[in-house]
Amino acid sequence: MSTVPEVRLPRRGRSRAGSGLSGREAMLLLIPALLPVVILSVLPLVRGIYLGFTDSRAGLGVPTNFIGLDNFRALLEDDLFVNSFKIGLIWSVSVTAIGFVFALGLALLLTQNLRGRWLARSLALVPWAMPAVVVGIMWKLVFQPQAGILNETLRRGQLPGETTDWLSSFSWALPAVILVGVWAGMPQTTVALLAGLQSIQDELHEAAAVDGASTWQRFRTITLPQLRPVIIAITTLDFIWNFNSFGLVYVLTEGGPAGKTQLPMLFAYSQAFEYGEFGYASALGSAMVVVIAVVLVFYLWGRLKETT
Amino acid sequence: MIVTARPKRTKSFQYVVLFGYLVFLGFPLLWMLSMSFKGPRELVELYPSFIPEDFTFENYRTALTEDDHQLVRNGINSLKVAVVTALLTTMIGLPAAYVLARRRGVITRLGLGWILISQMFPLILIIIPLFLLLRDLKLTNSHIGLVLVYVVWALPFILFMLYTYVRAIPPDLEEAATVDGATRFQILIGIIAPLLLPGIVVTTLFAFITAWNEFFFALVILESPDLTTLPLRLAQYVGIEGVVRFGPLAAAALLATVPSLLLFVFIQRWLTGGLLSGAVKG
Repeated sequence: MSTVPEVRLPRRGRSRAGSGLSGREAMLLLIPALLPVVILSVLPLVRGIYLGFTDSRAGLGVPTNFIGLDNFRALLEDDLFVNSFKIGLIWSVSVTAIGFVFALGLALLLTQNLRGRWLARSLALVPWAMPAVVVGIMWKLVFQPQAGILNETLRRGQLPGETTDWLSSFSWALPAVILVGVWAGMPQTTVALLAGLQSIQDELHEAAAVDGASTWQRFRTITLPQLRPVIIAITTLDFIWNFNSFGLVYVLTEGGPAGKTQLPMLFAYSQAFEYGEFGYASALGSAMVVVIAVVLVFYLWGRLKETT
Repeated sequence: MIVTARPKRTKSFQYVVLFGYLVFLGFPLLWMLSMSFKGPRELVELYPSFIPEDFTFENYRTALTEDDHQLVRNGINSLKVAVVTALLTTMIGLPAAYVLARRRGVITRLGLGWILISQMFPLILIIIPLFLLLRDLKLTNSHIGLVLVYVVWALPFILFMLYTYVRAIPPDLEEAATVDGATRFQILIGIIAPLLLPGIVVTTLFAFITAWNEFFFALVILESPDLTTLPLRLAQYVGIEGVVRFGPLAAAALLATVPSLLLFVFIQRWLTGGLLSGAVKG
């Protein structure tokens, strides 16, 4: 490649990159994507943050006034808000953590030479292709108190709980939707962890095995540390996605019973499009960003400290 | 992983766990499939069986024909919206991805940064201003409005996919073409696009699946039943409770999943492979 570098004269007005893309050309190629992103994404985002400081309402021709921090003050006194954020945190931490353990177990199994693993691999990818609404409907059929397969299985196995109406139960609704969240999140997490596992060099394991390390020791001292960056990246993303999740729980419970599964997005949606409180709902959105940011700072900071 | 002389116990344990995963992952799917083939009498039975006793296609017929073929119309709506979204997203995404992959500097860093940040924001923060904007433009309750939102919403990830594919192509070919006096547009169409074709197909299909499955924006933007897309229709279906309705509901849900599932089977090899190479290269 670099046999005769001196022959290549530097072209004037060209960029540093090899393909020689000038700034004007780059701009021309970017504009078709840049324009819609700015108009339909960046500006709305800025306006959305601004709306959180106003009393904007849904109706046409209703004047919007700047009201400073009033919405945020109201948020802190709103029990429904505090409740929905508590539920949102329980939901997203549980789904992320349980989902991670499940996905790691599956990814480890998939690296083993087992018959039938292709089936597990394909099944683990299926939720990726399914509309969240369909996933919700499917699990509704599973949890259905009389005609559902879960209660029928409990009945046949003579286990307790065979008459529970899972999604309407005060104590079981949240665990039930968490289980569905785990199921729906399997593909991305498993794929990411599998990729991480496959990039670990076999030599490391071989050397450790020669030294007499047990499977568990090798898992703890080689697999987990090597997997760290992937684990941190995917759990971070999972947490964000889960905290912002909407469709799945909307179909399963609509936030019920009595707000027991009222995720922040469900609460914000009802504030905005059922009660027309655009300003208040926007403030909710900003509060969600803040919560996500705070959790991530603590999480990433903790992980960083572990390494040093 | 190397295979040492593993005790047999470990192997059997692994199979037990694998079986557990298969049940957890597959059972809900099979149950929905089973319910979609059950007759009305069997659906209300107190002790349901896993395999339908009076196997029937009635639920599929009901789902497809009731309300004057509403489901079919909704399917056509979904198809229109998803196809246009997929084509538009790839068309505007490809040139931009090319620039991000080939130029280092402020633009690229801003672009990649935006892709990352856009994953973090709750949709509520964007949907209210978008709703107001579309309302001013008289585009709420229209497919055009929905497509506009979908394109911008799907773009970050599509851009990232295309970016990893372009980066895998060595820039030498383009240099030669530039020396020969080809314009940038000619290079993009004549050299990059053909080399990238598999990646473009995968990305387009992925954008299609994303739009086909989307629910939240459709819920906010669409009102008329005649414009409704499939996920929206299905969610409204859930409201109409009653055990007898579960048969047609399961059938409709399965029908709505078939297109995206088929496409996904087709692209999953490239999708996971492409993302993997992107992730490993960092």
